[in-house]
Amino acid sequence: MTPELMEQGARHAEAYQTKQASRTGQTASGGRAAGFARLAVPGEVDVTHGRILYLEDVSVSFDGFKAINKLSLDIAPGELRCIIGPNGAGKTTMMDIITGKTRPDEGQVFFGSTIDLLRYKEVEIAQMGIGRKFQKPTVFEQLTVFENLELALKTNKAVTASMLFKLDSVQSDRLLEVLHTINLADSVSRQAGNLSHGQKQWLEIGMLLMQDPKLLLLDEPVAGMTDEETERTAELFLSLKGKHSLMVVEHDMSFINTISDIVTVLCDGAVLAQGTLAQVQSDERVIEVYLGR
Amino acid sequence: MSMKPISLPSPRPLLSRTGWAAFLVALIIVCAVAPALNLWVSEGSVFYLSDYGVGLVGRIMCYAICALAMDLIWGFTGILSLGHGLFFALGGYAMGMYLMRQIGLDGNYKSALPDFMVFLDWKELPWHWTFSDSFVATLFLVIAVPGLVAFVFGYFAFRSRIKGVYFSIITQAMTFAAMLLFFRNETGFGGNNGFTDFKRVLDIPIATQEMRMALFVLTGITLLGFFLLARWLVNSKFGRVLQAVRDAETRVMFSGYNPLGYKLTIWTISAMMCGVAGALYVPQVGIINPSEMSPANSIEIAIWAAVGGRATLIGPILGAFIVSGAKSWLTVAYPEFWLYFLGALFIGVTLFLPQGVMGLVGRVSTRHGGVKSTLRGSDDTRTKGDRT
Repeated sequence: MTPELMEQGARHAEAYQTKQASRTGQTASGGRAAGFARLAVPGEVDVTHGRILYLEDVSVSFDGFKAINKLSLDIAPGELRCIIGPNGAGKTTMMDIITGKTRPDEGQVFFGSTIDLLRYKEVEIAQMGIGRKFQKPTVFEQLTVFENLELALKTNKAVTASMLFKLDSVQSDRLLEVLHTINLADSVSRQAGNLSHGQKQWLEIGMLLMQDPKLLLLDEPVAGMTDEETERTAELFLSLKGKHSLMVVEHDMSFINTISDIVTVLCDGAVLAQGTLAQVQSDERVIEVYLGR
Repeated sequence: MSMKPISLPSPRPLLSRTGWAAFLVALIIVCAVAPALNLWVSEGSVFYLSDYGVGLVGRIMCYAICALAMDLIWGFTGILSLGHGLFFALGGYAMGMYLMRQIGLDGNYKSALPDFMVFLDWKELPWHWTFSDSFVATLFLVIAVPGLVAFVFGYFAFRSRIKGVYFSIITQAMTFAAMLLFFRNETGFGGNNGFTDFKRVLDIPIATQEMRMALFVLTGITLLGFFLLARWLVNSKFGRVLQAVRDAETRVMFSGYNPLGYKLTIWTISAMMCGVAGALYVPQVGIINPSEMSPANSIEIAIWAAVGGRATLIGPILGAFIVSGAKSWLTVAYPEFWLYFLGALFIGVTLFLPQGVMGLVGRVSTRHGGVKSTLRGSDDTRTKGDRT
């Protein structure tokens, strides 16, 4: 590099620094002038714009069938959003898209304002803080309840780290807390495969809690649960609201009635209606798709 | 919500007290009892361990290492490899090249080059024989070559998310392709004759009783060491992630683990173990040729693991002893029945002992009251026998 070039570079840097210095301290919000973008911190979810999840004009088709059709949807931080819709409305496909399992043909999916989810793989998305419960309870059947939760624990998940992993006291406390929350404290050493269906559902929810995700996607979390279990699950979700953002897909209307603020109705891969449960239930179009003509 | 005081299970020990005792006994047998019975007991005595016996058990211990390696990848991770014979043979060939160079000028043609090269009228060593004179380099290659082949193959297979029977078929094709390659003279591995007529290892004559015993002891120690290594691996959280991959791979991904790294690690470790087994095998049997890569050999490794009981570590080792022991007896006693017997054994195990011999042990010990089963419970809680 020639001296002239280096000098020129130094001049540029200096000019940039003075420009930056003159900008800071100008506004009440500590130097961030309006319209002056913040630096995106990799892996950090930016919710300053009031949205943790943002889907716009997302479409995906399988063999010509439009599973998702220009779907736009957004979720606020700490919100508990319920999604309902008839079979084949695209609820599970939507979750597949958010978690990176399916690539949409078009559209945008953002986690916070800065993370373009379409650029990441399943594992990376999970590590960024999106947890997912599957429609069919999916736990590690040959491992114990304890081992299931331990695996889900938020920690370094690289190979060598796993080889040398030891549960520390903070993590054990967290594990115990979750065990009590999901009401499986007595079954800590039982094999997950021997649990009842409802208990498996809870274990899976517990595993999500161990991951400490910012956004939880829950696909039919109370399917196969007794009334009492459903009630407890509702309590649990309401307690999570505010700390986490939740997206719950369910068919159980009384459950939705207990937990919901805003309900989104999906139909044919797009949002049909949105509002409180009472509002959407009185909506003509919703009645039509659910009852048919 | 009331917080009842409950205790979390403490981390599993590497081996239970009985486990360590058994381990120690095995170590003493391998390092002291067997050599004493072979070298110092007179041939007429009932306690005499024949050279044939030493050779047989030494070979089977090599097989047992393969079965153990197979258990890590198949039993614990759920990936059935039908190509592990390739890694075994690669380790064997790496050792064989060194042994060929150790022949020196004592070959049939009295040439500095291995006999088959003289026969092919080659004037100098091919490039891939560069390090074959060095024992240290050979030890490195024994591990590195199978490891590298497995790593590259595994990376592409696992990245493309090839699973189940498709993966098995591809591994089978891989070992078959390698066999055809090694059969060719121009690849420089002695063609269909392979390597044989070894004279020395580390400049010590190879065909002596002491050397045979030394190799036997070395193989035994390696087997026991690998057993501890495997035990440590499956007892760690790494091992539980492997089992999680086997049972619900998508859940593993959505829990933030990248299965690729886990599968690739255990796959490569498993291949390296087989390589070491092959390197120990070749000086004991005195020959390595491409038939070691034949698909049937790889399938046999899977059979040992299945017969012994998958995901038990100790089971596949037993399986290797049971099946290979039966094979060496039957091929002598009733040569024409061996394949029928092997087929019947495999069908029988599949039908009646889906968890192998270890499953049977588990069933018997639970039937005989709690004491035994709790003993076993602390030792081997993860046997498939507990799962029924």
